[in-house]
Amino acid sequence: MIFKAPLLRVVTKIIVPPIILFALYVQFHGDFGPGGGFQAGVIMAAAFILYGLVFGVETARQAITADVTRIVLALGVLLFGGTGIVTMMMGAEFLDYSVLGKTPLAGQHLGILLIEFGVGMTVAGAMVTIFFTFAGHGKDGNIALDQENEGEGND
Amino acid sequence: MTASAFWLVRLRNLFAVVMLSGIYSLFAAALYLVMDAVDVAFTEAAVGAGISTVLMLSTLALTSRTEKVHKKLSIMPLLVVFITGGVLVYGTFDMPRYGDINAPIHQHVANHYIEKSAGEVGPPNIVTSILASYRGFDTLGETAVVFTAAIGVLAILGRAKGQGMSTSRVAYRRKEENEEESKENDKNEKAVSDKKETKS
Repeated sequence: MIFKAPLLRVVTKIIVPPIILFALYVQFHGDFGPGGGFQAGVIMAAAFILYGLVFGVETARQAITADVTRIVLALGVLLFGGTGIVTMMMGAEFLDYSVLGKTPLAGQHLGILLIEFGVGMTVAGAMVTIFFTFAGHGKDGNIALDQENEGEGND
Repeated sequence: MTASAFWLVRLRNLFAVVMLSGIYSLFAAALYLVMDAVDVAFTEAAVGAGISTVLMLSTLALTSRTEKVHKKLSIMPLLVVFITGGVLVYGTFDMPRYGDINAPIHQHVANHYIEKSAGEVGPPNIVTSILASYRGFDTLGETAVVFTAAIGVLAILGRAKGQGMSTSRVAYRRKEENEEESKENDKNEKAVSDKKETKS
């Protein structure tokens, strides 16, 4: 489904960058406030999904291709698991980040940052992948919504 | 919240049902916020009210928009629901009261996390240090679950638009869009089935 309404298009164009910025804020500020990788990933995905909803899946696919989402999806889990492997190689238990830095606290901080980033990547990749596979399946994205709009237009 | 839940059950228009379930999730997020579970409220608002609503809508696009009405009143499911609900309510009688300081959940490891996490892990947000460090393995599993979900969707739906023609319904849909291509595909399928026949 592609919305023709100019208001929606303009507002979407204005609002997508702040959503992505907010996602990054939630991602890297999760140590201090509410939030973390999972929420950040979902918010990041919401930005792309909003763009896809308003401008159509094909247009959104040009900005973020299927390969990119799949690679990000896999890289997130790899980063998470890889952090665990690295801690094991450095002589600690799996996912014990204390050995990553000079002091245990610095190591913990770095480890948490890395794995939260991994979670964020995987969640964002997964949500975008699931939405685009579903929405790209129909003719032009969302058939149900199209019917809804036509019904309203006739009134 | 309860009202929206009951309304949800009564509705037959699935579009409205999806919208209402989003509203229900938003109420739930507000409830978590009131109970000081900010992280959970955040997740509920983002996933429950946001993403899952959009995902359900895109699923609706692939299926029909109204629920099939079953005229027959079936007693058995109702009975099962009532018995299960009754047992669950009976179970809550044994639970400690909400906010009870002597409840096991406040006596076990929670104190350790609250007192030591700043020294052992660091981040001021204890939820983050529990999720990412103390319970890192659980979070890895969680991430793997999300990953698996996406892979599952890709395996079922992902190839339909490009190469593989797995189901006849997809082939039918393609036929509408592009007759020539689907004819070619039919030929290929026929060729494949002919080969199978000759083999057998």
